[in-house]
Amino acid sequence: MRKLLFESLIRPPLTERPPRVSDAAVDELARALNGVAHRRLGRSLSIRAVDAGSCNGCELEMHALNNAFYDIERFGIRFVASPRHADVLLVTGPATRNMREALKRTYDATPNPKWVVALGDCAQNGGCFAGSYAVVRGVSEVLPVDLHIPGCPPPPIEILKGLLALLEGANSKAGVARN
Amino acid sequence: MPALTDLILAGKGVDNHFPWSRAVVTSKRWSFAVEQLAEGHLSLLGLWGEPGTVHMALLDEAVGNIGVVSLLCPDGRYPSVGLLHPPALRLERAAADLFGLLPQGAPDTRRWLDHGYWGISFPLSAHVRTSVATAPPYQFLPAEGESLHQIPVGPVHAGIIEPGHFRFTASGETVVRLEERLGYTHKGIEGLMAGSDIDHAAKLAGRTSGDSTVAYSLAFSRAVEAALGIEVPARAVWLRALMAELERLANHLGDIGAICNDAAFALMHAHCGVLRERVLRASDAAFGHRLMRDRVVPGGVATYLNDEGTTAIWSLIAEIRQRFPALVELYDNTASLQDRTVATGRLKVELARQYRAGGYVGRASGRDFDARRSLAYPPYDALNFNVPLLQEGDVNARVWIRIHEVEQSLSLVEQILRQLPGGPIRVDLAQTGGPHEGMALVEGFRGDILAWLRIGKSGLIERCHLRDPSWFQWPLLEAAIEGNIVADFPLCNKSFNCSYSGHDL
Repeated sequence: MRKLLFESLIRPPLTERPPRVSDAAVDELARALNGVAHRRLGRSLSIRAVDAGSCNGCELEMHALNNAFYDIERFGIRFVASPRHADVLLVTGPATRNMREALKRTYDATPNPKWVVALGDCAQNGGCFAGSYAVVRGVSEVLPVDLHIPGCPPPPIEILKGLLALLEGANSKAGVARN
Repeated sequence: MPALTDLILAGKGVDNHFPWSRAVVTSKRWSFAVEQLAEGHLSLLGLWGEPGTVHMALLDEAVGNIGVVSLLCPDGRYPSVGLLHPPALRLERAAADLFGLLPQGAPDTRRWLDHGYWGISFPLSAHVRTSVATAPPYQFLPAEGESLHQIPVGPVHAGIIEPGHFRFTASGETVVRLEERLGYTHKGIEGLMAGSDIDHAAKLAGRTSGDSTVAYSLAFSRAVEAALGIEVPARAVWLRALMAELERLANHLGDIGAICNDAAFALMHAHCGVLRERVLRASDAAFGHRLMRDRVVPGGVATYLNDEGTTAIWSLIAEIRQRFPALVELYDNTASLQDRTVATGRLKVELARQYRAGGYVGRASGRDFDARRSLAYPPYDALNFNVPLLQEGDVNARVWIRIHEVEQSLSLVEQILRQLPGGPIRVDLAQTGGPHEGMALVEGFRGDILAWLRIGKSGLIERCHLRDPSWFQWPLLEAAIEGNIVADFPLCNKSFNCSYSGHDL
């Protein structure tokens, strides 16, 4: 173990340069966050991931955000274990009917101000699952969605861009407290 | 004569079912097959419904023969398989929810996938009924005893994982009973596939379980090709195996680290996470998608693999070969970590055999089955590899199986790159003259995935069933956790790493 730890000291870091924030996401956020500022978040964002019926692809790429290459915590963004600690719900999947109640309850358990980010193509409108008896057409049919990050699944760098845009938007524009 | 061949011959053979036979059998023969399952002479590969028919895929492990027996049940009733052979229980409950097929004598008739929120009942049956979308309370199995308490967990979990509900009954710190409740990610994939064209169904198959997208696409494509009698170009066959092994590498590397992380050993997690990311990046460079989604298609593959991609994979293999041995040594020599994994979550050999647990779950508990070797579908018939096998059945054994499988996959990738043939990578699908049925069994990283489908005259999918390996692993997790402390559940769960989405479909 000592050898591995020592090597980590002398090897250059794997962590990559921060990406530019996504223009499309900034535009969408500008529309979503046009209210009065209630509270500045500072440079931190706590995320609660909710799988509302995804294939697990988006979760894999969310996990990747924690690896040494992306190291999402350096931006002040972290995944938390409870909606009570969260500013953002990062929701994946087309929103299955079997998960709708749990998703709503998770949202209700999240304190204001809060944002909902729909991650992946099927979270946006049901994607290839749209039309099934078992799903609704995307997360926005269950919760008010502030930002969509498209992709199937979106690569980590795209998720990061979207979240950074949210952070910028939340700071510079305003956070809408939802009641 | 082996029991399975006997069974199939005794029934009414179905034309155009490839590559194995299917026969419509009498109720008596069906019950005989169930007895054979219960006595362990046959293994259950899957059980699924259709309006008015129930199918069962069987494997005769002694001779490596596969067959499907079908029972017509116009009144929706059939003799229960789960009554004598418990691994079929949840499959029967799912078929009851989707098709209204009622297993007679089944000991468990609770709903499984249908939580009461769909607004309809029996969505895939001929007579769909509208129902009020109310969720009736779910009765968990009772556990009785002094000072027992229950711990409900999920469906929304603390980590970044899929949704499912776990109901623990504990005595102090010790788990007395765990019962799973799944179905939260049910998307109705089989319903969407029915009546869709092959390309769209292939996309759905590739989105059944995100971590096994290559394996699912491969299983679906092979079933389509079997049904239509299509010969896939040699280069495509080898590229498919290359993608399948890269997917296996990515998942095993990620999970080995994640298991250690659940024992609070973050160093392994960090290093394994780096190697996993390298695999995804090499896959992206070689095939244009990190998870290689939609790259395996019916008729071949979608990406040719150029020199740049080949170089990326070669340097990936070199990197893993250089870094991985130190991590294995770290795992092996860290006593505090071994203290958590050794003898934890032990799965008995007998249970693994009864449930025919696939993948590392089965192979860590003495079940010597790997579809790549046992069925030797191409190109694995031309490749050298070992199937690691252990008997201990604990978390540690499952980690070691994965470590050995990483080593095997590295060697397989090298062999494939050295022997990769040239030529075309895709052929067009021929039009069919009548209904054609095909099936395939493919080894994903988690175990064998079954795909069965029927293509109608119009060339559309009439019915497709996909059976995730998790169907036979989830129930075993309930058994493996018994007697362990609650705090070891994440460790046990991660060492199984069953799929929610693949199971719920």
